[in-house]
Amino acid sequence: MATFPDLAPALPEIFLACASMALLMIGVFRGEGSLRLVSWLTVASFIATGFLLLQGPEGRNVTFNGLFVSDSFGTFAKLLILIASSLAVILSVNYLEKERVARFEYPVLIALATLGMLAMVSANDLISLYVGLELQSLALYVIASFKRDVAKSTEAGLKYFVLGALSSGLLLYGASLVYGFAGTTSFDKLAAVLEGGASVGVVIGMVFVAAGLAFKISAVPFHMWTPDVYEGAPTSVTAFFAVAPKVAAITLFIRVLVGPFGDLAMQWQQVIQFCAGASMIIGALGAIQQKNIKRLMAYSSIGHIGYALVGLSAGSEEGVRGVLIYMAIYLAMNVGVFAVILSMRQSGRAVEEVADLAGLSKTHPMLAFAMAVFMWSLAGVPPAAGFWGKWAVFLPAIQAGLYPLAIVGVIASGISCFYYLRVIKAMYFDDVTEPLDRPTPTAGFVVAGAALFVFPVYIVFLSPITSGAAAAAAALFGAR
Amino acid sequence: MADVPILSLTTFLPLVGALFILLIRGEQEAVARNAKSVALWTSVITFIVSLFILTGFDPSNPGFQLVEEVAWLPAFNIAYIKGVDGISIWFVLASTLLTPICVLASWDAVEKRVKEFMIALLVLETMLIGMFTALDFVLFYLFFEGVLLPMFLLIGVWGGPNRVYAAYKFFIYTFIGSVLMLLAILAMYLTAGTMDMRVMVDYPFPSNMQIWLWLAFFIAFAVKTPIWPAHTWLPFAHVEAPTAGSVMLAGVMLKMGGYGLIRANVQMLPEASFFFQDVVFFMSIAAIIYTSLVALAQSDMKKMIAYSSVAHMGYVSMGIFAMNQQGLDGAMFQMLSHTFVSAALFLCIGVAYNRLHTREMAAYGGMAKNMPRYAVVFAIFMFASVGLPGTSGFVGEFLTMLGVFQVSTWYGMLSATGLVLGAAYMLLLFRKLFFGKLEKPEVKAMSDLSAREVAFFAPLVAIVIIMGVYPASFQNVYNPTVEKILADHQASLKAAGLIEAGAPKTAELRTETPATQPASEN
Repeated sequence: MATFPDLAPALPEIFLACASMALLMIGVFRGEGSLRLVSWLTVASFIATGFLLLQGPEGRNVTFNGLFVSDSFGTFAKLLILIASSLAVILSVNYLEKERVARFEYPVLIALATLGMLAMVSANDLISLYVGLELQSLALYVIASFKRDVAKSTEAGLKYFVLGALSSGLLLYGASLVYGFAGTTSFDKLAAVLEGGASVGVVIGMVFVAAGLAFKISAVPFHMWTPDVYEGAPTSVTAFFAVAPKVAAITLFIRVLVGPFGDLAMQWQQVIQFCAGASMIIGALGAIQQKNIKRLMAYSSIGHIGYALVGLSAGSEEGVRGVLIYMAIYLAMNVGVFAVILSMRQSGRAVEEVADLAGLSKTHPMLAFAMAVFMWSLAGVPPAAGFWGKWAVFLPAIQAGLYPLAIVGVIASGISCFYYLRVIKAMYFDDVTEPLDRPTPTAGFVVAGAALFVFPVYIVFLSPITSGAAAAAAALFGAR
Repeated sequence: MADVPILSLTTFLPLVGALFILLIRGEQEAVARNAKSVALWTSVITFIVSLFILTGFDPSNPGFQLVEEVAWLPAFNIAYIKGVDGISIWFVLASTLLTPICVLASWDAVEKRVKEFMIALLVLETMLIGMFTALDFVLFYLFFEGVLLPMFLLIGVWGGPNRVYAAYKFFIYTFIGSVLMLLAILAMYLTAGTMDMRVMVDYPFPSNMQIWLWLAFFIAFAVKTPIWPAHTWLPFAHVEAPTAGSVMLAGVMLKMGGYGLIRANVQMLPEASFFFQDVVFFMSIAAIIYTSLVALAQSDMKKMIAYSSVAHMGYVSMGIFAMNQQGLDGAMFQMLSHTFVSAALFLCIGVAYNRLHTREMAAYGGMAKNMPRYAVVFAIFMFASVGLPGTSGFVGEFLTMLGVFQVSTWYGMLSATGLVLGAAYMLLLFRKLFFGKLEKPEVKAMSDLSAREVAFFAPLVAIVIIMGVYPASFQNVYNPTVEKILADHQASLKAAGLIEAGAPKTAELRTETPATQPASEN
């Protein structure tokens, strides 16, 4: 038993852990003004991690006595997380400098959070799940209140921390119930134990675990923190929150439900269906009243998680594939939107009302067009990528006979059109009140890249992403 | 010509023109001028190219022709398939004809952001043609939804004072309708295993499933057509849209609904269409009577025409679901007639609006004296709209009513009241605008039709009269297709045991083409 564990499957994570320590050291020794250097090094280490990930061993590998698993499902999600984190760091640098909070800890914290995400995606045991999740969450709590002199930011951090701790508690409680009734925490052993059905205790435990994870992806009814945290946190942090942690948490969610609790699908499908339907509706209705674009995006993300969960609630391989495709598209759309939001400045001052975008099509036609493309895509209007995401999750849902959920989903997407259109209306129909400043070149590149991806490049890349997601989903189901 | 992908060419030519316009840089005035001429040339060339579709089309063949097929997204079983049959070909040509007319009509009327306006118009044309020629259901859906984007901007950016509300209402109504259709498409795909509409037309979907699919499609197309009570977005959209927007909306976009009803509801879901026949009749007759009465009460002339569109489309939906030769034939004819007549009426209103900038009827009066040419043109289209024999409107309304009378005398009688009401409000409109004393000084100052305006009215006048005098010229193209659709329809109903095999409906007793009869009376 005391053999040295095989490190090869976990090499990317080990590298990133070492790299973040090194980055911290560089930051400490270089002192103030090292934000740029540390940021670019962080991005470089993300890229290196991604490279290691692609070079990693093929197939499914379990190591650390079954605590850690690497498979193509994890690899797909990890690549998405690394892309999202890299873009978040790239977009943050200018913002932090302009807001005068240019401290080197920021990229290091993002690196640590990313490490946590990679670990949780690879979790193969309730214990390693919790460790990864907490590493991620603690780093996120800190950067939520990164503008420590601003009341809103600290409030956001505190709120996130208190509610996050509560959800972690729920998750731990659920995990302990599962352990108590099933006698193991390992996913593989749980799957074997639960094959012949489960006691009520395990089911209750599973629901608690699901509740804890639902909090992390801000699915209704555990969504209350999202708008406040999105609004209060510095915009660059919101841009990060909106994508990478969501991708990580939802892949973890899938892994837990499909892996160890795969045989309890009858039980968890009901929970997920409810969460999906409620998230879509609350996401659509909640955003209608919002004037702040960050709050609007918070509700939008709640809605989008609902759509992604539609795919999961089908409980099939195609459904999981749909969720992965959805998250890949969600990443591109949100990074693009937040790159635009980060560029919203009037004479150097950051603004974040929808009304501040008024007349953007006259002052910055390309930026406005890109934002319009993102909005069409978020609304799911073809031929933008968002439509194909919805396609990928609704198809398995209908295949599984979830007609009511699908109808709720499309009605909600019709309602949600209203507020996406409001952004377009501000940009195209209204007259300029105060023009926005020129966006920085980096933001411009990210916006242009994301917009091109959403439409029309995605149509070309549809096949590679689809086949990647299909392989990932097959790996997850094949392991059962 | 066989090797040229003529349908794709027609579809994407306007998009190429739009890209050219996008690249135009320079001074604002020069940009506007160049954008207009590029748009005009592109749309005219597209129209000429589209004429080759007509020459390459064999009317005696009821199937899909000029088919182009390319694998597109094999992962989802989606292919790029295009083709036309008798039902769709006229709508393609209508789109390509109306676009240059719209460009001409907006020549001076659109003053701000001309470049963007022309881009939106050309993109709209691409989407419309693409939708009518798509034979893969996903492709169909993409274009169907793609129409929303340019139209939303046309209404919202260049529309009237209440444009934002109208644009929202238009978008959300149509979007919710069409997402339900998306679910139905997904369900059909999972049952039939293909997205190819040619296969789906022949695929026998289970009866109980057809009911649900039919409802989803019907909601989508009823919003688009529009069928009462889903029509409420239309008056707003029409009133607020710029002239070109109204023309495209009334001329082609409403026909997307009618086309969809024939293609999806009737052809793919015959049993459910039979089941819901009475519901559609009720809604159509309600539309005809109710919206005609509403039109009678309008003081805004654009709103009046908008409501009259709903009434006229009521004849279309009624004719389609009469499920007999006359009904479907008449519905097709009525759609085509409405395409040109309502487009022309909106252009007519645009003429007056450009001069006086109001749509209130009370602001005008006595224009027959100082604008005789305008009065004549308006009168022709008014009579066509009312359904005077010798104009296109008569043939369509007459045939649909003939079709409906075969189903039920009551339905036929009730729908006939629409003719009277239609005459009432159109004549009222004409009287208020053109007769009476010419005493308002700003009306006196209005000039008669310019050469450019005559240029875009002339083809429409010609078409309306040709359609009225010699309807077979248009009918011959789609008649074999209509016959095949009805034969298939009856066959699938018989197979389902809904009608008796030995006793055909009255529709089949009359085998001669009845359409030429009313025309010969003139």
